[in-house]
Amino acid sequence: MDAIKDHPHAEERPKGASRSTHSGLAVAMIVQIVMFYIFAAVAVASGVMVIAARNPVHSVLFLILAFFNSAGLFILLGAEFLAMILVIVYVGAVAVLFLFVVMMLDIDFAQLRSGFMRYLPVGALIGIILFAELISFALLHWVIAPGVTGVEAAPLPKGGIGITNTRALGDVLYTRYIFAFQASGVILLIAMIGAIVLTLRRRPDSRRQSISEQLARTRAETIEIVKVPLGGGIAARGGD
Amino acid sequence: MAPGLPHYLTVAAILFTLGIFGIFLNRKNVIIIMMSIELMLLAVNINFVAFSVLLNDMAGQVFAMFVLTVAAAEAAIGLAILVVYFRNRGTIQVEDIRMMRG
Repeated sequence: MDAIKDHPHAEERPKGASRSTHSGLAVAMIVQIVMFYIFAAVAVASGVMVIAARNPVHSVLFLILAFFNSAGLFILLGAEFLAMILVIVYVGAVAVLFLFVVMMLDIDFAQLRSGFMRYLPVGALIGIILFAELISFALLHWVIAPGVTGVEAAPLPKGGIGITNTRALGDVLYTRYIFAFQASGVILLIAMIGAIVLTLRRRPDSRRQSISEQLARTRAETIEIVKVPLGGGIAARGGD
Repeated sequence: MAPGLPHYLTVAAILFTLGIFGIFLNRKNVIIIMMSIELMLLAVNINFVAFSVLLNDMAGQVFAMFVLTVAAAEAAIGLAILVVYFRNRGTIQVEDIRMMRG
């Protein structure tokens, strides 16, 4: 299988650096390779730490690190918009939500880890089998069918060098996939309503204002007029 | 050689396997299981984007966005259910979760 050829940035570069084309291209290539391995290694290492960390707060923080490095991989691929969305949605919303829940719930996490070593062998076995299956495209030298490139669902415009990734995405998202886009909006609305309905509760011990009750009060049931004897005070009368 | 499709697919495969592995390893802790699911969805997204760039087809990136949407919704609902469950029962042990009504 070959490298990703139609990378917009890879084609852009030689035109700009016409004088030192050869060395500039080589440097760009080396930078790309080095950044890929840095991002991939950190993403995988933090993925390991997500499932192996003792403290769930650390797990969430490593999850955030994995998301950041995957965003770097997306940028290397030329999908800048998705990279930014990944950072905003996952790091800004989902991971923080996880962090809130982990810190809010008062859970004995050490007790939850008790079966860790017992589940290791079967987990490792299934993991190895699954990984071998997933990686078999490299082991068995699979190639992409020659006809696949002709059946593009939403191809980039011809000569789409000058078009940014965001614009190319918007061009298809708001035209061809408009119904799916609307449906995803509905899904988010349902998720929001569901989360609010599930977690909203009336605490009996909290002091909240009840306007109807306040308005229904009458003078008779609220105020008591007391005759206070001289020098006695209310307590001497035996009032409440 | 610039990092090509096999490189990205390998990273995605490792992340996906880590997600499965995490579910098996932390079988008692729902929060870690949900984080493992997020990891698997991330691996799927990497696959989508890698193939999208290889085939010069924006559909992959569009669907990566939809995966992102569903993942966010799933995390919100799942964590809400978890909070309600913890409020009612005082534990989040997966083995204790076998009642249909609390």
